[in-house]
Amino acid sequence: MSGTKRSNAWRLVWIGAAALFILHQDFWFWNDRSLVLGFLPAGLAYHAAYSIAAALLWLAAVKFAWPSHIEQWADAGASDSRTKRGGRS
Amino acid sequence: MSLTLAVGDLTPLLVIVAYLALLIVLGLVSARFFRGTAADYFVVSRSVGSFLMLMSIFGTTMTGFALVGSTGKAYSTGIGVYGLMASWSGLIHSACFFLIGIRLWAVGKRHGYLTQCEYFRERFNSPALGYILFPILVALVIPYLLVGVIGAGKAIQPITSGTFPDLFPVLRPDGTPNPALHGGVPPWLGMGVICFIVLFYVLFGGLRGAVWANTFQTLVFMITGVVAFYMIASKLGGLTAASEAVAAHERAATRLAREGMIGRAQFFTYCFIPLSVGMFPHLFQHWLTAKSAKAFRLTVVAHPVCIAIVWLPCIMIGVWAAAALNPPAADANTVLGRMVATFVHQPWLSGLLGAGILAAIMSSLDSQFMCIGTMFTRDVVLRITGPDRFTDGQKVWIGRGFIFGIVVLSYLLALVLQTGTHVFDLGVWCFSGFASLFPLVFAAVYWKRATKAGAIAGVLVTAVVWIIMFTLDMIAKADRPPGQDDETLVFGAVMPVTVIFLASAAALIVVSLLTPPPSRATLDKFFDPAESN
Repeated sequence: MSGTKRSNAWRLVWIGAAALFILHQDFWFWNDRSLVLGFLPAGLAYHAAYSIAAALLWLAAVKFAWPSHIEQWADAGASDSRTKRGGRS
Repeated sequence: MSLTLAVGDLTPLLVIVAYLALLIVLGLVSARFFRGTAADYFVVSRSVGSFLMLMSIFGTTMTGFALVGSTGKAYSTGIGVYGLMASWSGLIHSACFFLIGIRLWAVGKRHGYLTQCEYFRERFNSPALGYILFPILVALVIPYLLVGVIGAGKAIQPITSGTFPDLFPVLRPDGTPNPALHGGVPPWLGMGVICFIVLFYVLFGGLRGAVWANTFQTLVFMITGVVAFYMIASKLGGLTAASEAVAAHERAATRLAREGMIGRAQFFTYCFIPLSVGMFPHLFQHWLTAKSAKAFRLTVVAHPVCIAIVWLPCIMIGVWAAAALNPPAADANTVLGRMVATFVHQPWLSGLLGAGILAAIMSSLDSQFMCIGTMFTRDVVLRITGPDRFTDGQKVWIGRGFIFGIVVLSYLLALVLQTGTHVFDLGVWCFSGFASLFPLVFAAVYWKRATKAGAIAGVLVTAVVWIIMFTLDMIAKADRPPGQDDETLVFGAVMPVTVIFLASAAALIVVSLLTPPPSRATLDKFFDPAESN
């Protein structure tokens, strides 16, 4: 993925994370005692769905905003650094 | 003369013993894979793949609270506990793994770090920072670790109650047996066995033993919650009947919403607590075990779902208990056990529940013992003697020696502190301390302008503000019995971690901006040039 595409994906992930951060404060279900599907309290159902949404957000982050360069950076300096540090690893 | 001891139903105890025996076997098998090097003992030769990574990190972040405490909290304060602790954690833990964990894995691999102090010392080019940080990290891990040891001891006793009435009697002041604890394995013995088992597989298998054991234990406690949920729901007449009974119950119905149960500011400011995973030393060590950055992917994505799988059933059981338990539970931590005992009547499920609780506790304990042993070896012994003073094999034995010492010390402290202290409340304060150090790790990874003086200021301010707020809290609850609710943990409607975190971040930013920036060489060493493209 090109740098620009990854940078745009990063922005979208950040916007998604910020949206989820705000949506956590679900004051609209604060005093709602109704049961979704007949057994799940509305506020709990909302936060269960929130957990799934968080997983989807991170799935998008992993797919579209993955820092692929970091692996090469880690591997590139590994042998040099260990030599300099007296073989410690 | 023959001596006959009365013995009750052994099934729960045998299930727990079988589970602990499996852990011993795992420890022995993992030891056969040991390559004899320090890197293999302390970070599994950086070879852990996606699934083991997910299970070991998830198991490490979940404690016994995930099963017992979540049910008890839902029983007393309702469904809001899920949003407070589980859904915040789903979002923020994964953010920490993605934003912090992968970067620290990379820098750890590139420069060969094994402990946080090694990293921060070189990142900020400051031995002083290492010396300040080390005692703070150790002081925050040990109470967290004690919560696990004491919790394990206290969990085993009620689950095995009635098994050995002659050997371990527990009587009320009037001389009659206390049915909840009478004949159960006492905490001193339970804690001792748990410490021994964890010591065994960590001592022989190193972090590989902990990773393997964590994977097994995580599966056990995930399955336990789901099985208990299914069986209790069935006995209550199904999901709908169980929840409708709560809605129809005047007192219990309040648990279906959050009004009057949790403050809105508290609900929001709890977001700071999950940031603690960014600074847990034991999690830092787990991150370093990854075979590649890609090994983090499954953890980042699946962690929120795993949290939901464990927490949702327990929250529902706690809410149902508010209407189903009669008489009401005096101690919220007994709710899960009582629901199983009252509605399921299956000794094997009680045993599985016990194994599940121990699994959740031990999957954190092993990593904590391991990380403290590693820190003492690397940040104290090798720092004093120099990195080349000992051979690789000798470093492993030094690490084992420290792990042994820490386990023994933890057991002795747990014996002394198991009654009459607010050790469980102390757990929340440990999380607050780690979370308040989050600005340090975030700045280290992302902010090139962060300086040595700024980092030291941030750590010192965290320590000072933490001590002040902790002292205020302890004074406020001095006359209250241990383990009572944590209302005093809220300062002016917000969690105290909010104040400590903001003070820490402000000190780090202001002092960094007032002092000269770090050298080009330091920045080149720790930042990937591709990042600035």
